[in-house]
Amino acid sequence: MTAIEPQAIQDRRLGWRRAKVRQVIVETSRVKSLLLDVAGWPGHLPGQHVDVRLTDKDGYQAQRSYSIASPAEESWVALTVERVENGEVSPYLVDEIRMDDQFELRGPIGGYFVWTAAMGGPLCLIAAGSGIAPLMAMLRHRDRQSAGVPSVLLYSARSIEDAIYGKELAAMARRDPDLRVVGALTRQQPEGWTGYRRRVDKSMLADACFPAARTPRIYVCGPTPFVEDVSSFLEELGHNASMIKTERFGPSGGPA
Amino acid sequence: MDDPPISRGFLSRRTEQGPTNRIPPGQYVTRDFPVLSAGPTPQIRIEDWTFELQLDGSRLGKWTWAEFQALPQTTIKTDIHCVTKWSKLDTVWQGVSFDDLLKAVGLGDAPFAYIMAHSDGGYATNVPVADLVGGKGMIATLYDGAPIPPPHGGPARLLVPHLYFWKSAKWTRRLRFMEEDEKGFWESFGYHSHGDPWKEQRYDGD
Repeated sequence: MTAIEPQAIQDRRLGWRRAKVRQVIVETSRVKSLLLDVAGWPGHLPGQHVDVRLTDKDGYQAQRSYSIASPAEESWVALTVERVENGEVSPYLVDEIRMDDQFELRGPIGGYFVWTAAMGGPLCLIAAGSGIAPLMAMLRHRDRQSAGVPSVLLYSARSIEDAIYGKELAAMARRDPDLRVVGALTRQQPEGWTGYRRRVDKSMLADACFPAARTPRIYVCGPTPFVEDVSSFLEELGHNASMIKTERFGPSGGPA
Repeated sequence: MDDPPISRGFLSRRTEQGPTNRIPPGQYVTRDFPVLSAGPTPQIRIEDWTFELQLDGSRLGKWTWAEFQALPQTTIKTDIHCVTKWSKLDTVWQGVSFDDLLKAVGLGDAPFAYIMAHSDGGYATNVPVADLVGGKGMIATLYDGAPIPPPHGGPARLLVPHLYFWKSAKWTRRLRFMEEDEKGFWESFGYHSHGDPWKEQRYDGD
């Protein structure tokens, strides 16, 4: 098993580093993943994020935070960015940026919303929309480690076209009997859809997640109302608040 | 590092940003009020709520909700700045200033130079007393004239608006004086111990 040391956290000064786009992946009509080569990247833990800084030709700079979607085992860093209408940074990252373009980045940041295989499970990941990005870093890490941690991902998206990482998640679940991927499509479902057809609610969490008696480690990420609802349902189902880690984002949250 | 790379085709929207002398470096103005918390929102009934000032494990003062409301009330209009980059201008808060809390327990000066603010849900953050006295900090119970909604820290949160907003701990239940500075929750995960947005003290070492 590859040891992942939290060396990044010990690095005292988080300086700006130069990131170069090595690949752009179209995830959905509103979401792309940017695969970046980052000079001197110290490594990261699954769930951490980075600050991105863009500079225009007049020297004006804008900063935003984005979760890392790539596993800690890769030398490059993947950010999955959703276009926020009228945003300043995300439309640039989604619509404008191409291979070999450069910008600045610093991180990794945050050490609480983090999961590594060494922490064990069961692992319960609950995401809505682009909130899946930091959880994908955990799942990719888990997949590389082949640690057999019993895990479930409950992922809510508006439609199958809006679901990010669909094929990769399906492939992961197919080859891994310890991983269950459960989808909830809230607005539109394709023909033959066997998953949920509604927003995440208490009975869905009771059915899809591990019972509180198994004390799963729970990570919830999505827009604020989603995270508020899900975490209070989980507490009502008997999960201890200290086991529920949350990250809120989306148009009204941090990254824009 | 050498000069930052120019982002080809990046168009700034700084004209929409408002008065630059009120927006610290790296921040942008939002009209929303985003929520950031590490875990679920605690639901606290005001009947069960109490607030304490503590020193060396002993209690300097303790108030019920009704007693706390009877303390002198202060209203301020201020800008707030979150480390995740958003700033919100002209927010209005009401509560009890740190100065009035000290007076209420009969103290002219704070006994130590630092406090740790402790919250429901286990959150804690450290703040120098110098950043609280002289009207700089309060325990707020109203936002925009109404009770603070729980996701935003109600029923009562610390408010230290001139520092990054994680220092304005939600769901605050006690302030504990400390002789030496100690790290709180986010501070122990790599965030800056002081958090002055004008010096862009976001992370440890900034």
